[in-house]
Amino acid sequence: MDLTYTEDEEDFRHRLRAWLAEVLPKLPDRPHPADWPGRRAYDCGWQRMLHEAGYAGLHWPEDAGGRGATPTQHLIFLEETERAGAPYVGAGFVGLLHAGPTIAAEGTSEQRARWLPPILRGDEVWCQGFSEPDAGSDLASLRTRAVRDGDEYVISGSKIWTSHAEIADWCELLVRTAPVNADTPKHRGITWLAMPMDAPGVTVRPLRTLAGTAEFAEVFLDEVRVPVGHRVGAENDGWRVTMVTLSFERGTAFVGEVVACRRVLEALARTARANGRWDDAVLRRRLGRLAAECAALWRLTQWNVSEAQRTGGVPGVGGSVFKLRFSQVRQELYDAAAEVLGPDALDAGQEWVADRLSSLSYTIAAGTSQIQRNIVAERILGLPKGR
Amino acid sequence: MDFQLTDDQRALRTGMRELLARRFPRTRLRAVVDGAAGWGDGDAARGDGGTARGGELDRALWRELGAAGLFALRVPESSGGVGLGLPEVVLAFEEAGRALLPGPLVATELAAGLSGSLAAGAAQGETVVTALDEGGAPVEHLASADVVLALGPTAVEVIPAKEVARSAQPMRSIDPATPLHRSTPTRTRLDRVEQAAQAGQAAQAAQAVQAVQADQTGQADQTGQADQTGQAGPGRSGLAVRLRREAALLTAAQQLGSASRTVELAVDHARHRTQFGRPIGAFQAVQHLCAQMLVRAESARSVVYAAAVTEDPGDIAAAKLLADEAAVHNARDCLQVHGGMGFTWEADVHLHLKRAWVRAGQWQSGAAAEEELAAGLVSTVETCL
Repeated sequence: MDLTYTEDEEDFRHRLRAWLAEVLPKLPDRPHPADWPGRRAYDCGWQRMLHEAGYAGLHWPEDAGGRGATPTQHLIFLEETERAGAPYVGAGFVGLLHAGPTIAAEGTSEQRARWLPPILRGDEVWCQGFSEPDAGSDLASLRTRAVRDGDEYVISGSKIWTSHAEIADWCELLVRTAPVNADTPKHRGITWLAMPMDAPGVTVRPLRTLAGTAEFAEVFLDEVRVPVGHRVGAENDGWRVTMVTLSFERGTAFVGEVVACRRVLEALARTARANGRWDDAVLRRRLGRLAAECAALWRLTQWNVSEAQRTGGVPGVGGSVFKLRFSQVRQELYDAAAEVLGPDALDAGQEWVADRLSSLSYTIAAGTSQIQRNIVAERILGLPKGR
Repeated sequence: MDFQLTDDQRALRTGMRELLARRFPRTRLRAVVDGAAGWGDGDAARGDGGTARGGELDRALWRELGAAGLFALRVPESSGGVGLGLPEVVLAFEEAGRALLPGPLVATELAAGLSGSLAAGAAQGETVVTALDEGGAPVEHLASADVVLALGPTAVEVIPAKEVARSAQPMRSIDPATPLHRSTPTRTRLDRVEQAAQAGQAAQAAQAVQAVQADQTGQADQTGQADQTGQAGPGRSGLAVRLRREAALLTAAQQLGSASRTVELAVDHARHRTQFGRPIGAFQAVQHLCAQMLVRAESARSVVYAAAVTEDPGDIAAAKLLADEAAVHNARDCLQVHGGMGFTWEADVHLHLKRAWVRAGQWQSGAAAEEELAAGLVSTVETCL
């Protein structure tokens, strides 16, 4: 139970802080949320700066072009960048946290050489084509088909909830290459492909979220041709390949948001003091309780990171426990914000109101809370498989 | 940073679990509980002497716990203690909470860290020390205790248990293994110490503590006086404030142990109880209750352990708040998973719930913890997060 950082870790933190203090003032203004080309340029520009300073792919293995940083260093990086108000990973999310690590783990040396460096440099943007209209939590029931035709797969179907689809160069795509029958359960028969988003037959239709913005899209695939060489892993082995990807999502993915929770909470307290609502003991105690919850999220993160550090970077089972608590607390935080705001909580132009709306996705995205509870019950507690 | 337990800490936890399994197995717990339940009117739970039935502390077990070092984990080796720190005490107390070990563990552990003959007796498990909390919580195990450690907002006092018992009213304790007394602090002496403390004279206050202690126990012991003064710490209210915080943390540690144990009890029941042709644990309605229980327990664990390391007041408030909530709500959900059995005296579930209720009222209530955390949001002090 040691919460002090080593000399090396502190050194890493101080060098990072110094660098952030130097470069952040030079960043251009943030683009408007609806300006997709502007967002791509901004996010990729930040990634290029990280790359030049040696911070790109911090948690990737060194033989994949990463820095081979420890989970603790990655935690420090995410903590410090959030504290300093640095840009979020943004358009680089899928490439750096999903597709890249998958290719690093499962790709051939040619594939790694082709796709990994442009991700690290911020030259290419990836999106994710996993979910389908009829395959959400039950992802393995996906039906987008890929039929082999010589050296190519011919793909037809549709994907949904694809973030950054409008501006992505590549899509990590899950397709069905073997029909489900008595011999082939649905988890077999799935293949992982890298699909160029400019291929003929790809149509992107933005989806408007309840917040009013187009944060993700539907992607329609009409006989799209993808070379067999763009397949990562063996044919019909895509489910296993994908699980490597998903496990990355449960590691340190929410560090920035946890740090932000505390900052938001302090700002809420300041606002409540200014507008008099702090005198309401019910609200004040609610904020106090949220402070405890935020502290727990931070300590759980440190606990999980320490576990990953001990197991050599493999995220532990704590990911689902963390995500359940985190997504709930995040929503409670912005519900409390609405109470602090009073009538202004109905003004969609307020930052906290926009954040309140986007917080509604937290108990759904990246595995709904119901699916997370299934995982905790079956894989951690060892309860019998449910129906 | 390595927040996980060290090998030594794991060994200590295992050792404590094995010791309690040997010396305080479930049959012992049930003997305490069912002795108290025999009359169904809480008569024995009053623990007001003259009976060997439930509620009376097992002195032999208490001495054995003392001999095993439970109360002296933090006492320096030079003073005959184990020389470990608060994290180790928290791990040991978590095990005690898990096993529903009865007794005034927190007050005895705190007393062992003071000085003089009181400390030595408490450390060895010879002197049973209970606590009087200015917050108004009932006094536990008063009839079995030798002395009472009274903690005000700024004052510390040691009073013979018999004296406190004279003005205390036995309650029909909700927890059959924890006899409770309603008590009002004997204001005069405490005020004297309080006034000294508020005069900003830490040393004088500490000496007053010592004087009162010597006076009341009739065991004047000047050798510990220097230590005592040192323990007053910086600021006029150092000692009392520190002891209250440690009490809250060690209470939280026991709540955490109980919260983890009720997850196990619920999961075990859900795997073996069959309805509609399958274990009830195969139903998502039951699975999700159990999953939320684990989330509560692990969230509490992370802050309780962190508070043990940092000893930060905000961390301790968060630890007490979340551990209380985890213990109470997990016991409730465990009861629900047990169905009709959960409502019986025979199942252990109610014992966890009742003890959790008792502990939730001790040292730092939910409201007080929330207010302290809220105050922390507006203070200018840089937080650890």
